[in-house]
Amino acid sequence: MSRPPSSDNIILRLDDVSKVYSGIVAVKRANLELRRGAVTVLVGENGAGKSTLMKIIAGVERPTIGTIILDGEPVSFDSPAAAQAHGIGMIFQELNLFANMSVAENIFATREITRGLRGIDHEAQVEKANAFLKRLDAGIDAKTMVEDLPIGQQQLVEIAKAMSLNARILIMDEPTSALSAAEVEILFKVIAELKAQGVAIVYISHRLEELMRIGDYITVLRDGQITGQAVVRDIDTGWIVRSMIGSDAKDFAKSVNHAVGQEMFRAEDITLPRPTGGLAVDRVSLSVKAGEILGIYGLMGAGRSEFFECVIGRHVHSTGRIFIDGEEVRARNVTRRIRKGLALIPEDRQREGLVQVLSIASNLSLASLNRFARFFHINAAAEKAAIRDAIKDLSIKAPNPDFEVTSMSGGNQQKVVIGKALMTKPKVLLMDEPSRGIDVGAKADVFRTMRRLAANGLAILFSTSDLEEVMALSDRIAVLSNGQLVAVFNRSEATEDAIIAASAKGHGHQGKLAS
Amino acid sequence: MTAATSSTSSPTSANGSVLLTLMKLRTFIALFAVIIFFAIFAPNFTSTANMILMSKHVALNAFLAMGMTFVIITGGIDLSVGSIVGLCGMVAGGLILYGIELPIGYTIYFNLFEIVLITLSIGLLIGLINGLLITKLNVAPFIATLGTLYIARGLALLSSDGQTFPNLVGRPEYATTGFDSFGAGRIVGLPVSIWILIALALLAAYVARSTPIGRHIFAVGGNERAARMSGIRVDIVKIFVYMFSGLCAAIVGVIISSELMAAHPATGESFELNAIAAAVLGGTSMSGGRGTIGGTIIGAFVIGILSDGLVMMGVSSFWQMVIKGLVIIIAVVVDQAQRRLQQRVTLMQMAKAG
Repeated sequence: MSRPPSSDNIILRLDDVSKVYSGIVAVKRANLELRRGAVTVLVGENGAGKSTLMKIIAGVERPTIGTIILDGEPVSFDSPAAAQAHGIGMIFQELNLFANMSVAENIFATREITRGLRGIDHEAQVEKANAFLKRLDAGIDAKTMVEDLPIGQQQLVEIAKAMSLNARILIMDEPTSALSAAEVEILFKVIAELKAQGVAIVYISHRLEELMRIGDYITVLRDGQITGQAVVRDIDTGWIVRSMIGSDAKDFAKSVNHAVGQEMFRAEDITLPRPTGGLAVDRVSLSVKAGEILGIYGLMGAGRSEFFECVIGRHVHSTGRIFIDGEEVRARNVTRRIRKGLALIPEDRQREGLVQVLSIASNLSLASLNRFARFFHINAAAEKAAIRDAIKDLSIKAPNPDFEVTSMSGGNQQKVVIGKALMTKPKVLLMDEPSRGIDVGAKADVFRTMRRLAANGLAILFSTSDLEEVMALSDRIAVLSNGQLVAVFNRSEATEDAIIAASAKGHGHQGKLAS
Repeated sequence: MTAATSSTSSPTSANGSVLLTLMKLRTFIALFAVIIFFAIFAPNFTSTANMILMSKHVALNAFLAMGMTFVIITGGIDLSVGSIVGLCGMVAGGLILYGIELPIGYTIYFNLFEIVLITLSIGLLIGLINGLLITKLNVAPFIATLGTLYIARGLALLSSDGQTFPNLVGRPEYATTGFDSFGAGRIVGLPVSIWILIALALLAAYVARSTPIGRHIFAVGGNERAARMSGIRVDIVKIFVYMFSGLCAAIVGVIISSELMAAHPATGESFELNAIAAAVLGGTSMSGGRGTIGGTIIGAFVIGILSDGLVMMGVSSFWQMVIKGLVIIIAVVVDQAQRRLQQRVTLMQMAKAG
């Protein structure tokens, strides 16, 4: 790392900070410095620990070991409010807005402008909120309900909220993931203004070109460890990729050419209304052959997860028809669709994939217990044997299958969720962001497994927001945008540019008109 | 249910492990503590007659607590069990004394076996209603079972206009004699109610361990969304546990009215609270997903021995309530401390290893 211009410019320092969750070492002995009036960009793959590191600074998480030094003094934040009192603001990756309140009420939540006993001064709040929104050129009225805004504009509200804090340190966790190009430009203008005012900014993004443009300092994370720190003008994108991935290329499973069979799965006109009006999934029709891997690419809020949930039968209000092996599946609930040969690996492993209090073994066999039961008695030996096979097949590193599932790393937990789905002997496997939040080694294992399953004749649909991943793994690529299927590419004809262009369709200012 | 994760402990955390093991065995320790304490301080505590009497008291609570354990493991609560006890006692008593009067002037009398069967189905039916309210109509378990608590108690009072059905000896011509055998009968020296308890406890433990529905009960309580996404029929699992809880309550209703040879409509008031206490004392987590039948039975024994022992020592019943409350709170505090300690030990090990 090149010498800093002057060390008294440092406003905050992390000293040997580690954060451990049950089962996952999210951050390992990180040292990081933030400077006044400079943008520190943070990059790393999904699950590298960027968000965790920032949540430690913002007081959301407390470090397991290590210290935070602010203005030369060690501090510890019990809550985001404590960090805010020290002038630290954060824009979270997951939007933290109250959908049932107006934009102004959201911006001033916990810091309401009051007039003594006469309660909240709504007019003053709206006026001030409009001033912030105007700086963002957002075209949002502060009196609008947040739930009525499209996702991109909600993100702008989140940014306005962070600006209103007058923070000395402002952390932005992927602020542009749902913004259009024009909105990104405005955000960059605001960042430049804040920088001139001496605010220390942390900027997290996956988009390398953004980082190169606005970053002053760069820190690269891999598997919870800081693997590179540099001044942005000294480096190029190649350096970032090398620090991020370790070697120059990702360890994608080699695509073995195997015969693709007959059509195994077809979805027709899958539609899901949004509770707030509009459609989350808009008449999506697609088909997958046996042995084929279909990658579904799309930005945040494009409707990928919702599409999978419709297919597995999670939403009562969804319409459309699905066919497996040429036969229409009329069953409407998850249980019977699983029996028909569908299986879903949910995006949110902790909330929908695992039962945390149960053991590794119980989690694996959870969806397929009836296979091991005669009448009502579970054949313990048969179950154990099947669990042992699954652990071996998926190379799950489980010291003892009777331990709680949370005692393992995120990658191994993901393999358990995959194992659970596979133990139901599916014909069609739906994988929603299968590589989210797992380490590089586990990712490679998961990708190899996908290849092997496809070679065995399984039809696989997987979704991802990682362009490289969708390009490397898919036989065909479907692009979703705003709930609609906008394009399907064969692997041979797909280019990154074409996919990005397709995925950007329908994301923009016109969303304002949607009620 | 789940094995200790910290059994791979390194020598550095030996202190933590010893403390953890002690905490895990806390219900056993509490059971031995109360037995030893009363054996020393309460006269006649260890006599066979007293032991059998006490185990009969404990059995009543243990039945309810077993049903409650399954309900709590799924993340719910069943407040209606006490009222089901009362109502089922009245049903059994009413059928023995009066049968069912038909409007056309005939009266149907059932034999004892049929009466017991009908009584148990009433318990199952109320459990089914609880389950349907909670799953199909989305009523919160607390509210749904609070409602059936009042309804069942009201029906029990209505059935006799608040009066007791006395003297349930039955009539030989209708084969309704021998009702006292459930409460007063003995098989190989042990009361019949204890034998029923043993059989039902073994069955429940078997269900929890070795049947799909048992496994599903834990999964639903541990993470309902994940259970649903795994294809588990969450609604059926929930209906099952409330029906089982209703069945347990009906059994208690039969046993109590058989012990007294009379059915009183107010029987079973606040029994549900004792059942919850026993389950919690036995390590069942109110947030769902954790609990064992064995632990609950031990919990029921701790509570039962505590109150009977205190009576024998002549402690006022007002103080008994205070002591019972303290024991429950301490049990849960220790439970939480154990969770936290276990988590810390594991996390620190991983942080050091990482």
